[in-house]
Amino acid sequence: MQSDIKRLSLILLFAPFALWIFLLIIVPHAGMVVLSLREKVAPRVYEYGLGNYIDFINEPIYWNTLLRTGSMSILVTFLALIIGFPIAYYIAKIAGKRSRGALFLLCLIPLWVSDLIRAFGWILLLRETGVVSSFLLWTGAINQPIEFLYNDVTVIVGLVYTVILFMIVPLVSTLDGMDDAMVEAGYNLGGNGFTVLRRIIVPYAMPGIVSGCIVVFMLTAGSYLTPILLGGKNSSWFTEQIYDQFITRFNWESGAAFGFLLLAFTSLVVWLGLKLTGQTLANTVAKS
Amino acid sequence: MRKTMKITGVLAAMMLTTASFAQAETLRLLTWGFYAPEELIQKFEARYPDIKVEVTFSNNEEMIAKLRATGGAGFDLAQPSHDRIYAAQLEYDIYKPLDLSKIDTSVMEPSLLDGVKANTTIDGEVYAVPHQWGTSGLMTNKALAPDVKRWSDLCDPKYKGKTSMRLKRTILLGTAFAMGVNPFEAYSDLDKYQQILDQVAEKLIACKSNIKAYWKGGDDLSAMMLSGEIVASETWDSTAYKLYDQNKDIVFVPPETGALAWIDTFALPRKGKADDAAYKWINFVLEPENVSIMSASTGAIAAVKGGLDLLPPDKKAAVNAAFTPADIANLKFFANIPPGVEDMEGKTLEKIKAATGN
Repeated sequence: MQSDIKRLSLILLFAPFALWIFLLIIVPHAGMVVLSLREKVAPRVYEYGLGNYIDFINEPIYWNTLLRTGSMSILVTFLALIIGFPIAYYIAKIAGKRSRGALFLLCLIPLWVSDLIRAFGWILLLRETGVVSSFLLWTGAINQPIEFLYNDVTVIVGLVYTVILFMIVPLVSTLDGMDDAMVEAGYNLGGNGFTVLRRIIVPYAMPGIVSGCIVVFMLTAGSYLTPILLGGKNSSWFTEQIYDQFITRFNWESGAAFGFLLLAFTSLVVWLGLKLTGQTLANTVAKS
Repeated sequence: MRKTMKITGVLAAMMLTTASFAQAETLRLLTWGFYAPEELIQKFEARYPDIKVEVTFSNNEEMIAKLRATGGAGFDLAQPSHDRIYAAQLEYDIYKPLDLSKIDTSVMEPSLLDGVKANTTIDGEVYAVPHQWGTSGLMTNKALAPDVKRWSDLCDPKYKGKTSMRLKRTILLGTAFAMGVNPFEAYSDLDKYQQILDQVAEKLIACKSNIKAYWKGGDDLSAMMLSGEIVASETWDSTAYKLYDQNKDIVFVPPETGALAWIDTFALPRKGKADDAAYKWINFVLEPENVSIMSASTGAIAAVKGGLDLLPPDKKAAVNAAFTPADIANLKFFANIPPGVEDMEGKTLEKIKAATGN
């Protein structure tokens, strides 16, 4: 009896999650796989084959865009880590108990506003007739308006801003659990600041670093609005290609194939990243 | 006893269904932003209290994508442009034929009606009738760039970094016309069309350094134009008319080779469930006073007889400032997009976007 109730409650608790995974993740993805393997031979006539994937390999524009998206996403992840780590350390270790909550909240506030609005905020600031350019003109630092928008640097700045929170949160929660005594012991044993950081803090924070990096990288590579709105005439993002295939070219088949290639590519990058840094998911993400 | 129960049950069920039938019908419109002004919807619902109007704003590509996803279900009336009916119907079977006897076609401008009918007839069945028409062409700030008259003037080094265009098929076609070829005539010979596209791509890639940014919607184009960040651009006429209201120097210029004209239509999605309501809406918005309300909102000209005169005064002034009768005679209507062309154009656009200019 008792075990029946236990089993029932387990099933009930597990059901929403299982349904969600199955109906919203697995079924649509299976549909996409089937779709991506179809080739259009004539109106309303389709054949199964690998044509869409072969097209991708034969067209340098596509894989160049994918590589570009990948490398820029890695850069964004790296920058988010470099900028986010000190912030997280400050919140978790240095700030007082009371200000900690307030600081954490401050980090969360940008998330209350949608991506779209935040991107428009950047546009207002950075456009040729925008706030920054006008201010510099007014101070006399420049004598002609400057266009800050529409280039790769702006895209990266915008993306770092959008995703940095997802780096800070896991870092704070990992660093929070670190005993201050460990840092003190490091100094007592004669280590300088850099050694303590390298030998004690970073290894301890590794679970947070890895999960933060994975989330940030995935979010960046899959983002659509920020690169489209801030990017210039030369900056293509792979999600834009997918959108174009689906919507403007009515080519769902190759759009689906592209979607899978993006998924495979980002998974590969994450796997490589774990291998190169000698980490595994089991002793990092699962622990954080 | 059992039997009577059953009968009452069936009766009750029948009454319920008929009741819900009579009670409210929903007309689900799939149309462009500004094509269903609140004022008109309220007026329509006041006249037909049993019909409720639901509006989804979209654009040509998304309309087709949405209807394709459901095989033509989910909406009762769609408004794609006239060149987006034929191939989409052949490929995806998303529309159903119109019953022309239910539409008051007598008020429509005959040339536009015939044009749309000719473009959208499949196996003797007509799939669309015209609603609003307008053009794509150039917009220039007369004070800063007085001599922009051709599509190719956007690439004039004089205006380096001060022009814009939308990276879509319009600019491909415009550039082809500017090179002296008629791309629509090449639709029948896709190899030849590919050659034209290759030349167009070369031109537009060379032009890239002249472009500030490709605009994506009416809003970012307006902002760039009003702030003076750009002085000339490829544009929809309605966007230019709206800016003319705010700055009389910003005018629409039909390119020398002719402005490209589009007609937005009425078409019934294949699995639409409220055809009668859809026909009522079509006839309703074709009434003269409603045409004025609609045109004030869309900025486009209704495809009814004397549609130009039914424009609100400010829009009429903007149109008259832009078009001479000769320009009107020189309009190039978008030809039906045959299957396959969409893909070729998409590839060309990708090539242009990916090329590195500076």
